[in-house]
Amino acid sequence: MERFSLDAAHLLAGGMVLVSFMMLYQNRILGLLNVFAAHAVVLSLSVAWQAYVQSAPHLFVTAAIALILKAIIIPVALHHMVLRLGVHRDIETVGGIGPTMLMGIGLVALSMVVMLPAAAEADPIAREDLALALSVILLGLLMMVTRQNAISQIVGFMSLENGLVLAATGARGMPLVVEISVAFSVLVAFIVIGVFLFRIRERFDTIDTQALDDFREGRE
Amino acid sequence: MSSFLNMLPFAPIDALLVVPGVAALLLTLIPQYRLGARVNMLASGITFLFALTLLIERPDPTVSFLFVDDLNVVFVVLGTFVGFTTSIFSASYIGHEIEIGRLKPGYIRFYHGMYQALSFSMNLGLTANNVGLMWVAVELATLTTVLMVGLYRTQAALEAAWKYFILGSVGIALALFGTILIYMAARPVIGEGHDAMVWTSLIANAPKFSPELLNVAFVFLMLGYGTKVGLAPLHAWLPDAHAEGPTPISAVLSGLLLNVALYALLRFKMLLAANPLAVAPGPLLVTLGLVSLIFAAFMLYLRRDIKRLFAYSSIEHMGLIAFAFGMGGPLANFAGLLHMTMHSLTKSAIFFAVGQVAQVKGTQKIADIRGLTESHPTLGWSLIVGVAAIAGLPPMGIFTSEFLLVSSTFARQPLLAIPLVIGLLLAFGALIWRLTGIAFGKPSPSVVDAGRHPSMLPLIIHLVLVLIAGLYLPGPLVAWFQNVARMLG
Repeated sequence: MERFSLDAAHLLAGGMVLVSFMMLYQNRILGLLNVFAAHAVVLSLSVAWQAYVQSAPHLFVTAAIALILKAIIIPVALHHMVLRLGVHRDIETVGGIGPTMLMGIGLVALSMVVMLPAAAEADPIAREDLALALSVILLGLLMMVTRQNAISQIVGFMSLENGLVLAATGARGMPLVVEISVAFSVLVAFIVIGVFLFRIRERFDTIDTQALDDFREGRE
Repeated sequence: MSSFLNMLPFAPIDALLVVPGVAALLLTLIPQYRLGARVNMLASGITFLFALTLLIERPDPTVSFLFVDDLNVVFVVLGTFVGFTTSIFSASYIGHEIEIGRLKPGYIRFYHGMYQALSFSMNLGLTANNVGLMWVAVELATLTTVLMVGLYRTQAALEAAWKYFILGSVGIALALFGTILIYMAARPVIGEGHDAMVWTSLIANAPKFSPELLNVAFVFLMLGYGTKVGLAPLHAWLPDAHAEGPTPISAVLSGLLLNVALYALLRFKMLLAANPLAVAPGPLLVTLGLVSLIFAAFMLYLRRDIKRLFAYSSIEHMGLIAFAFGMGGPLANFAGLLHMTMHSLTKSAIFFAVGQVAQVKGTQKIADIRGLTESHPTLGWSLIVGVAAIAGLPPMGIFTSEFLLVSSTFARQPLLAIPLVIGLLLAFGALIWRLTGIAFGKPSPSVVDAGRHPSMLPLIIHLVLVLIAGLYLPGPLVAWFQNVARMLG
């Protein structure tokens, strides 16, 4: 049973890394949103498994938040927003799928090299989970860097936060206050971003952040 | 005094949160600008007074989730003071922005509410006895300032807010990962649950933590909170946010928010320093500090916008402060603390002046601001005094701290002193060069008639304090800072 619970936890965390890779090569926004929803579903399964293994019922709350908020409400809301803005047909230049995937593999290798020896003293579930969580965080960062569309950047940021939740739940007995705060911050971040998107829409008729960059002083 | 404090329904330290929290809610209900500005000033003033009481009496750390020690009380008193003076400046500045129609009156409730929410989150971040809570507070402070930077709704303001939001969130996310790693390191020693995130128990048990985990955690914390400090190469949000938001917010960003992030960084540096096997955090801070200093010094020459100019100057000074704390030791830490205090006071004073300059000249472009001493003597000369202070001319307080830093660096690491002095001289040259153009020569036309008298009081108070600190530091203050410098190791 001990062995199995470990394997299942690693399988789910590894699944999140896999879905992160799938997000990297989505060049249509609606496809990206669907994959993000899948990311959140895997996260919620992983958190629920941790709740069961650690017999920590409060983690089920985190799992439920992940499922309801991140897998359903936010993707649906963003879906509506994309349709309203009429950008769902746009094809995003991802900057070469091959190089991006290679960079992603490099980042995963990096997080394994850094985390596995460093967390050797922590218990094994946490050790592997931390390495995988760091991979998810770095892949989210990579996505934010390679995308120019504001909505894709938001999705990248939220997948990064999913990695944080994975790390926080993997750390046995981490106080609930932090998990709630993570979930809460996602919500707040979402509201803020939503507000910004609408204002950007009012002003520019585009949500391409490249267009915004033209106001930087360096190019005046 | 202390019997009066005992009569209050809540402890003075809780008042640091209660007063701004209640004021934030109240201010969102007040649509009149004048009344709102007064309530804002009043709330900031009361918060400052309560912060002062912490100098006399400290709460018992075991009964509260907040705590006060010699280190954070410096930050709290300085922060609430700058918050108070900025609220006075804000009243006249925002009044003018409404008159000229740059700001819609409807946003005032929002602006004042956010101002107090920022004050709340900064006080929480500085006094929280829990690294998780501290993180939440810094995140909250980021969100409130993002909303205020975007207040003008111009294209440039929205871009600045967006960039600040994205970079700030990524930074804050990395900091959370670092915080989780700290918990992981603490758990085998302290045990599961809440205690493993409480600062006072973390620092007591730090020598027994796993050094490898602490090392990795510190890298994330440094990148995360370092973004908020504005250290190069993570500084990209800072100039935009300073230039495009309302000027009181520029003053608060430079004078307060950068310090809060710096405080978080210092706390974790202390944690690492307490563990003999962990990597020394000093060299990392020294490197980032020097890079920021040299980079910002060169960038100062290229600026065409007056608020951006002083934003880069903030990057330069945060670099200097990070360098000082990275060097460590009683003298460099003392210099770092003094420099941080002086920088907060001077830089917010400069922004008070710059805000008025931009209003009377109707522009932020350096090329269009000429001969200020002739057209507006009081404003022009106070700007000269402020810039002379920030450039490090004697007899102002920044000269004292820079002198201490340079001499202690020469004594211990002469090779590091060379880039330090080069950076200081470069920045000095850039600021004086820009200042002569702004202050002297044939005056450029003003858009506001001379009959308007904005409040010069906060500006003058700050500059006088900086001058006094340069001439004479009171004995108790020196003893206090020396004590904190020893604490920082």
